[in-house]
Amino acid sequence: MPIKHPNLKLNRMTDAVPAWSGDIAPDDLYAICQQVREGGGRLVALWGSDARIEKNCFMLHVTLMTESGLICLNVKLSAVQPVYPDISRIFPAANRMQRAAYDMLGLYAQEGHDHRKWLRHASWHSGSFPLRKDFDGSSHLNAPHPNPLPPAGEGANVHSPAENGIQTLDDYAFVQVEGQGVHEIPVGPVHAGIIEPGHFRFSIIGERVLRLEERLGYVHKGTEKRFESMSLQQGAKLVGRVSGDSTVAYAWAYAMAAESIANIAPTKRALWLRALLLERERVANHLGDLGYLGNDVALAFGFAQFWILKEQVLRNNAKLFGHRYLMDKIVPGGGSANISAEGKRIIEEECAMLQREVSILRGIYDEHAGLQDRFISTGTVTPKLADQLGLCGLAGRASAQAWDARVQFPCAPYDKLDVRMATYRNGDVAARAIVRFDELFESLRLQREILANMIYEEGEPTPLEKLPANGFGIGMVEGWRGEVMVAIHTDGEGKLARVHPHDPSWQNWPLLEHAIIDNIVPDFPLINKSFNLSYSGQDL
Amino acid sequence: MENFNLNLFFAILFQLAQLLVVVLLAPLLTGWVNQCQAWLQNRSGAGVLQPYRVLRKLFHKDAVMAHNASWLFRVTPYIVFGCMWLAAAIIPIIAVDLPFSQAADVIALVGVFALARVFIALAAMDIGTSFGTLGARREMLVSFLAEPALLMVLFTASMISHSTQLPRIVESLAYHQFVLYPSLAFAALAFLIVLLAENARIPVDNPSTHLELTMIHEAMILEYSARHLALIEWASSLKLLAYISIGVALFFPYGIVEAGNWAGLPLAVVWLLLKLLVAGAGLAVLETVTAKMRIFRAPEFLGTAFLLAVLGLLIHFLLGA
Repeated sequence: MPIKHPNLKLNRMTDAVPAWSGDIAPDDLYAICQQVREGGGRLVALWGSDARIEKNCFMLHVTLMTESGLICLNVKLSAVQPVYPDISRIFPAANRMQRAAYDMLGLYAQEGHDHRKWLRHASWHSGSFPLRKDFDGSSHLNAPHPNPLPPAGEGANVHSPAENGIQTLDDYAFVQVEGQGVHEIPVGPVHAGIIEPGHFRFSIIGERVLRLEERLGYVHKGTEKRFESMSLQQGAKLVGRVSGDSTVAYAWAYAMAAESIANIAPTKRALWLRALLLERERVANHLGDLGYLGNDVALAFGFAQFWILKEQVLRNNAKLFGHRYLMDKIVPGGGSANISAEGKRIIEEECAMLQREVSILRGIYDEHAGLQDRFISTGTVTPKLADQLGLCGLAGRASAQAWDARVQFPCAPYDKLDVRMATYRNGDVAARAIVRFDELFESLRLQREILANMIYEEGEPTPLEKLPANGFGIGMVEGWRGEVMVAIHTDGEGKLARVHPHDPSWQNWPLLEHAIIDNIVPDFPLINKSFNLSYSGQDL
Repeated sequence: MENFNLNLFFAILFQLAQLLVVVLLAPLLTGWVNQCQAWLQNRSGAGVLQPYRVLRKLFHKDAVMAHNASWLFRVTPYIVFGCMWLAAAIIPIIAVDLPFSQAADVIALVGVFALARVFIALAAMDIGTSFGTLGARREMLVSFLAEPALLMVLFTASMISHSTQLPRIVESLAYHQFVLYPSLAFAALAFLIVLLAENARIPVDNPSTHLELTMIHEAMILEYSARHLALIEWASSLKLLAYISIGVALFFPYGIVEAGNWAGLPLAVVWLLLKLLVAGAGLAVLETVTAKMRIFRAPEFLGTAFLLAVLGLLIHFLLGA
């Protein structure tokens, strides 16, 4: 039992990772969170659900992580006035999740200091909440375009806000920095290169960055709402597309959550295969990022070399599993991937090749004075700050936050693999590159280990078709970026009532704002790339 | 009298030939540098003709202009292109003693480059976007340090040949008895650094970046499109060609013929192509092995160039060589 509190009764969940759930009243939320925080725990995710039909209430779900496992707090909120105490003072990472919970469901964090919208831009009314069950999505499809272009020659505000009830412009109050010589650079959401959209507002003096404020949500696509009308297997496809570079992690977490509700265990071979795919995803992404890091300091040589290697991995993925990024290879109940003796040989050869090539490239990166000059002490996140703000995943491990779900909560087959965690203290771009290198080599070792231990002959797994009614399950997998969590709630008929995929980028985006402070503007792309966070994964 | 007129006529023919050759050859040089880089980086590359395709594409597009763009923004591409073309015309590339080269000496040449820079920086600020201003600001930071270094390099060469006219410098270095000038060795190193900085090459700037926050030159021209962008791109190629030609004229002035020397012309063209091939490949190697430095390292880098150039000058005074 991870914590004790008089008003909290925890039940062990039938989950692959150690997890407990408990129902609490809103008044107890703050104290329990504080207790977890004092014990060194962290916030994983915060989301809401609409349970007015079954229980006549809204629910707020908060997942916390302690050293002994996950705690899922289900907070019952009033159906008329859904309010709960603000917990962003304990877990600063909760800020944006709370704002998103308001935008999507109208759950309001009382006494919070920041109530600006987050996921809602100008696409829907401020008073309507898309994730409520009574929200009619179709009516909004016919609404006038939220940002009509002003007719030429006339005033800009021809369409007053009152005219169609939707704001004509997306007004968002950025924090202003004032002082002599301070000015702002707005960057994005449309960038000069082909990357995901996000807006960055720099307040600078000369080249020095005084403050950065992010504005995301440009890739909001109603993913969570879409789940509500999907079957379990359709949902597995959608969850694999929340953030394409982490498709294996999402698909596994989703499968884990579904299997936890159904209380079944997939076949051993399916589990080994999932781990193999997850490590391959990690290798491909780390290779790509190391190339990008070289590219951002104009060392195009490194970019080309790492991307040749990444391409090799992707092509082998396509050859062995039928998809370059391994989408739809994990489904609840099992997996559709398979591997033959020939495949085993190909992967072993690839691992040996990568081991050799990446070692050489690491030597070049380590000894390149120009590159190291750009990497070292750039975009530093101190371990203290990382702990305070809850930096997680790969970036967290580069700032001495020793959390890795494969190590702390090893689900099968990681319990037999003895994963070695890669950590570093410096928290700068160089540290994040080092952690990537270390994890890459560890993933190569794990792949070999998996191939050696895998059970090859076993009956086909039966895909899970239906879940029990009123179930709740969570799955958590250490993706390459950090811990990916998926929560599934089923309704009275066992259909998907609410699916919440949570990306580690939620926790890490705010840290980027801190990492850039006192650095110079031209170093931002490098720092940003060293985190390489997902836009799509958090915009949902 | 008749003879003189014929000579002048030939000289003008040579001048026109050089004008045509540089303007047509410049994109090829850029293409060659890019292709060499691609080969060095294990890529197949777009081919040496890619810059011509880009120019053709840009000339066929409709130009988009910001609403608040003034005349300055419109005329800048033409001024920049004109400046670079003029610069390439007065540098002895194929032949010395060209009629145009009398018009300007090396100091005026630096002035021509400065004129183009002032216009492009003003045009960048004219639009009022934050990137334009950012780029203009950085460009000025780099160039006000690069210019004195360039002048020092040119002075060293002028001291040796007792003239600030580029053709005279070339003549005195190429046609007199072969002497090793240690002062020129320092000047050559300084010039290389200036060349990298002034042409927005790695390690000072990255001509192929798409990261708007790190750009210098590219940030200034972000708002240009179609024919305006084509002219600026073309001007950049001309500038690179001009700089390499100055370097060649100062430090490897062999294979250049006198205007009117028809017999030597084919060989001179071959020499020119050879020199550009080698210089372009060398530039590609340099850019492949270096990373871009932090922008505030650029002053140190260019300070080194200035120091080297001054050292060259001092050596000339002390050793007379």
